Amino acid sequence: MTQQAGPPGTAGPARPLSQRRPFGDRTFQLITLGAGLLVLVILVLIAVTTTQQAAPWFSAEGWGIFGKTWNPATNQFGALAFIYGTAITSAIAVIMAVPVSVGIALLLTEVVPYRWARPIVYVIDLLAVVPSVVWGLWGILVFAPWIAKIYAHIASAVAGIPVLDDLFGSPTSGASFFTAGIILAFMITPIVTSLSREVIATVPAIDKEGAYALGATRLEMIQGAVWPHSKGGIVGAVLLGLGRAMGETIAAALVIGSSATITSHLFAPGDSMPAVIANQFGEASGTFRAALIGLGVLLFAFTIIINVIARAIVGRSAEQGSA
Amino acid sequence: MQRVRSHGVVVAGAALAAMALAITACSSSSTNGGSSSSLSGTLNGSGSTFQLIFQQTAIQSFKSVESGVTVNYGGGGSGKGRTDLAGNVVQYAGSDSPIPSDETANFKGKTVLYFPVIVGPITVSYNLSGVSSLKLDGPVIADLFQGHIKKWNDPAIAALNPGVKLPSTPVVIARRSDSSGTTANFSQFLVDSAPNWKLGSSSTISWPATSQGGNGNGGVAQIVKTTPGAVGYVDFADAKAAGLTYASVKNKDGNYIAPSVQSATTAADNATINPDLTFSAIWAPGAQSYPVTYQSWDLVYQKQSSANTTKMLKAYIGYLLGPGQQLLPGLNYAPLPASLDQKAKAQLDKIGS
Repeated sequence: MTQQAGPPGTAGPARPLSQRRPFGDRTFQLITLGAGLLVLVILVLIAVTTTQQAAPWFSAEGWGIFGKTWNPATNQFGALAFIYGTAITSAIAVIMAVPVSVGIALLLTEVVPYRWARPIVYVIDLLAVVPSVVWGLWGILVFAPWIAKIYAHIASAVAGIPVLDDLFGSPTSGASFFTAGIILAFMITPIVTSLSREVIATVPAIDKEGAYALGATRLEMIQGAVWPHSKGGIVGAVLLGLGRAMGETIAAALVIGSSATITSHLFAPGDSMPAVIANQFGEASGTFRAALIGLGVLLFAFTIIINVIARAIVGRSAEQGSA
Repeated sequence: MQRVRSHGVVVAGAALAAMALAITACSSSSTNGGSSSSLSGTLNGSGSTFQLIFQQTAIQSFKSVESGVTVNYGGGGSGKGRTDLAGNVVQYAGSDSPIPSDETANFKGKTVLYFPVIVGPITVSYNLSGVSSLKLDGPVIADLFQGHIKKWNDPAIAALNPGVKLPSTPVVIARRSDSSGTTANFSQFLVDSAPNWKLGSSSTISWPATSQGGNGNGGVAQIVKTTPGAVGYVDFADAKAAGLTYASVKNKDGNYIAPSVQSATTAADNATINPDLTFSAIWAPGAQSYPVTYQSWDLVYQKQSSANTTKMLKAYIGYLLGPGQQLLPGLNYAPLPASLDQKAKAQLDKIGS
């Protein structure tokens, strides 16, 4: 190494490699740079044009864009019911999907041997391959009629009980916030699982061996060695899943019930931001159309915020992991 | 380093320019069909889903007339069709309503011709075992769909149906979850016929929260078919296809008329036709008119940029207005009344002039 650092007596002004750029090398650099920039440019263009197209809504409603009433027949376009629906359905999805996903991730990394883990991973990944319209159609044709009866039973069981009646009482419908939440939970399970699995896999073996050496059981080892190490990464994985649930369109559009209402009743029909865009765009015109595009802008902003936070958390925990 | 960067911009710019050239070359080559005696080229249309089945069927049979012309019709809704036409993405747009006032700016300086191509009844379909015929009028339908009438044996319904044994089944409202010209026209009927209708008219209505939403006419038909006590507004063709039972509706002249191909054409015949061929068959006068009849147009720019497109549009729209009309009854849609069809055919000459 020391010999290479300063070869004395070399003829001619030899320039370091970073300054000598063969043609192929430069072209390659430019192509990759272009590819990287293209994504950024497209993203910015989308943001600019959608905001432009949504401008009539912003200027017509002002802060009224966060109003409660959405009624195209009277030209009222308040988005609160859809923001509420998006929040509720993604919350249900995350609450249901996370324990299952983290459970599967722990199963794959800590419990079953590697050769058994492979097929399980394949099956989970297959869930991610199912197109969202198939989830939606299955949801509305098979799942919703079936679960509607269960909702009705639950509703009659909780009738009159203070808080439960408000959450799970009637009115009930097969297509509802809760059904949409369940379908979204199915859809985000693969991504949360695979990200959690990757995070957990980075836990140094020496930590785990150490825990075992101190006489820990497998559960204690997971609590003491795996969990503190991968906590941040799993939170990030959950947020990425949340971002996905928020943006899911067609499946939600088919099973959510399409009713712009703000209600505590989880078994009642509701609506979410992507779902209303998909459902109502075809016949929209004027301010109505601008409002739907504006919903897209808001959703874009929300998902970017969630994703940035998620990446930051995942990145920080990865740094901690390697340190 | 500075030198390298500036090179980068030049090369990237050149690459983009080359790409743009390639794209424009492709698109211009596809529109430059041969302009000899037999037509060839591509026509693109989009919009109204009400027209979709008719367009698909007509496109198939149009192939036997002009084998060189490829016609594509994507649905997407009337609003999308008009947006596509305004953006020159398509050569014709299907729309269930004339261009609304807030969209006229998109078509500034251009004359849009309206070609009516199809009319059809919207049924008020219901699911009540043992009730095979039912008479309803505007105010009662309004109260059903506003959730004011909760049970089927309501005195208001019974008053219109003496002798019919009505069950006490609760009413379940079935409506569209997507925005739709069907919703716009059905609610327009309620605005015209029922003073007690409070929800206005639009492609999306804020229905009572207890109502059930279905996607497309087929989705609403599905809900009506599977839910006892359900009532929904379903396009005639889909109601027929699903085997639904539908009510006779009281028309402007006071008669109860069942939805049919014939009663829809009669309604269109009695509607007032404007000089630009826009009209509304909803709540049309006439003893035999079905009052919930809607219509759809194909929108075309009067001024066309290419002679070939002009010829293709004339041939295809002419086909829809001519032999195409005979396809409609078989699909459970209604053909245009003869007088209107003549006016539409006469308007064909305006394209391209």
